[in-house]
Amino acid sequence: MFLQQIVNGISLGSIYALMALGYTMVYGIIRLINFAHGDVFMLGAFIGFALSTRFSFSFFPALLMSMAACAAIGMGIERIAYRPLRESSRIAALITAIGVSLFIEYTMMYFVGARVRAYTPLLPSSIYTFRGVIFSFQQIVIIATTVALMLLLNFIVLKTKRGKAMRAVAADMDAAQLMGIDINKTISFTFLLGSALAGAAGVLVGIYYNSINPLMGSMLGMKAFIAAVFGGIGSIPGAMLGGLGIGIIETMVAGYANSMYRDAAVFLFLIIILIIKPTGLLGSSSGEKV
Amino acid sequence: MDVPRTVFTKRNLVWLAVCLSIYFLVFFLRSYGILGNYHEITIAQICINIMLAVSLNLIVGFTGQFSLGHAGFMSIGAYATSLALRSRPDTIGFLIGITIGSVLALVVGVIIGIPTLRLRGDYLGIATLGMAEIIRVVFLNLKITNGAAGLMGTFRAANWTWLYLLTVMAVLAINNFVNSSHGRACISIREDETASEAMGVNTTAYKIIAFAFGAFFAGAAGGLYSSYFYFIKPDLFGFLKSIDMLVIVVLGGLGSITGTIISAILLSLLTTILQDFSSVRMIVYSVILVIIMLFRPQGLMGTVEISHVIDKFARKDKEDANTVS
Repeated sequence: MFLQQIVNGISLGSIYALMALGYTMVYGIIRLINFAHGDVFMLGAFIGFALSTRFSFSFFPALLMSMAACAAIGMGIERIAYRPLRESSRIAALITAIGVSLFIEYTMMYFVGARVRAYTPLLPSSIYTFRGVIFSFQQIVIIATTVALMLLLNFIVLKTKRGKAMRAVAADMDAAQLMGIDINKTISFTFLLGSALAGAAGVLVGIYYNSINPLMGSMLGMKAFIAAVFGGIGSIPGAMLGGLGIGIIETMVAGYANSMYRDAAVFLFLIIILIIKPTGLLGSSSGEKV
Repeated sequence: MDVPRTVFTKRNLVWLAVCLSIYFLVFFLRSYGILGNYHEITIAQICINIMLAVSLNLIVGFTGQFSLGHAGFMSIGAYATSLALRSRPDTIGFLIGITIGSVLALVVGVIIGIPTLRLRGDYLGIATLGMAEIIRVVFLNLKITNGAAGLMGTFRAANWTWLYLLTVMAVLAINNFVNSSHGRACISIREDETASEAMGVNTTAYKIIAFAFGAFFAGAAGGLYSSYFYFIKPDLFGFLKSIDMLVIVVLGGLGSITGTIISAILLSLLTTILQDFSSVRMIVYSVILVIIMLFRPQGLMGTVEISHVIDKFARKDKEDANTVS
């Protein structure tokens, strides 16, 4: 039972981790809680849905195309709504992010309606048992996809020139600019990476929960953001760890206590973390400059 | 008892006259049937929104503490009042309920404020959001609050008189607080927390005071809401409600009570107008929000108050008069 909860927690948590990466990278670079990120994820789920039902694509093409579409949407949002506000107060940027989020949610609602749709089974629903712990084929695919994407992301961030530029801009935007790094391009690239991961998470959630609706992004997005804060905002390994942690806590509370209190438990846990270690598990604390 | 001379200044008397004339204007318009029930709902919404937004402005605009959980405090006041009205459906019950609700919101504000106000900026926002979410889940699961179905009201105690009286009291109290030395301390925290601490301001205490004071009036606004609109359920006090209030504050200008009142009136009217186009309501709302933020990120009024503007003109007139003579 315990191991089973862990397995379920890890597969849910890896989805949170994929989304948390988008939050943490964007926050690390422009200090903005990108509320629209959860909605990009929702769009990813719907694009995957459209591709698989209307055009009967199989899992991998649907996943890749949804990632590409979300990357474009994410970059567009940054270009139109966030870039003009880069110099203004952070609360104005935050309200804009909330505005964009509401806009995506309700525009989507206008076009597709509020009803919950059942996701097409993209994967065979075979089940494997190992020492009494049940793995579904879907869980294995979710975890494998997440691991593969994370390895790819780590490679991009740590080994490529663009990744180096991203880290430089996150560390010190002005100094990076003086070194000849194109800030706008780098921020666009960060949104591209984060939104592509959100698109992948959208398709995976569609498979995992088997249902999608236009407002699914806000709650899942909030939890993914909590995962990012838990792991230490701005830290990529932290987001991965935080995602898994939140996923496991959520399944544990749902499994052993009252599942009605699942969301409250996640928030309570967040508040406790923030009070004990405000920088999160792997976040680096920067001393206050006077 | 001696009344201090400063109470009956020309300025205060003018404001009193303005407040009374607004009250009687609406009162007569209502009794002559020019304003119907439909308009009264909008007016009630405006009053409640003003209370919520002005109290949130104290926390976010004046003290600079980012709160995304104001709806949580509102829900405490709303549930307390609704429950009080169930056991005693008359005006006394309403007053008892709204008092208990506001005080309870204040207590919860202090309890939550002590640990979370150590956090800064976005972290505080997320922590307060979490707190509101926890309050909502608790109301969702308690027996006495009837879970997701919510509570039905028994008696509409809040009428125009109560709405107006409480709104004016809240605005007056917060305005006076902001202009007192305590208010200056809060503003200094917004401007620079470290510098303010170095000047000997007990920043933690003032942050908690502002937070609790804001929570108190949010609770009172919640009480008005539940007694005017009868029906409350936990979903009404979710994240979106907190965002609504924050939008009013930011739109009006962080640190301007006048701006908050103006934007509360404008946004409540906008919501009423858009009510008839419910399918595109939120789309239009969000587009307006983004456009305003892109073109006027400091809000309608910035940190300017109407009284500043009037004072400036008055001073200018005097100077002009002096130069002529």
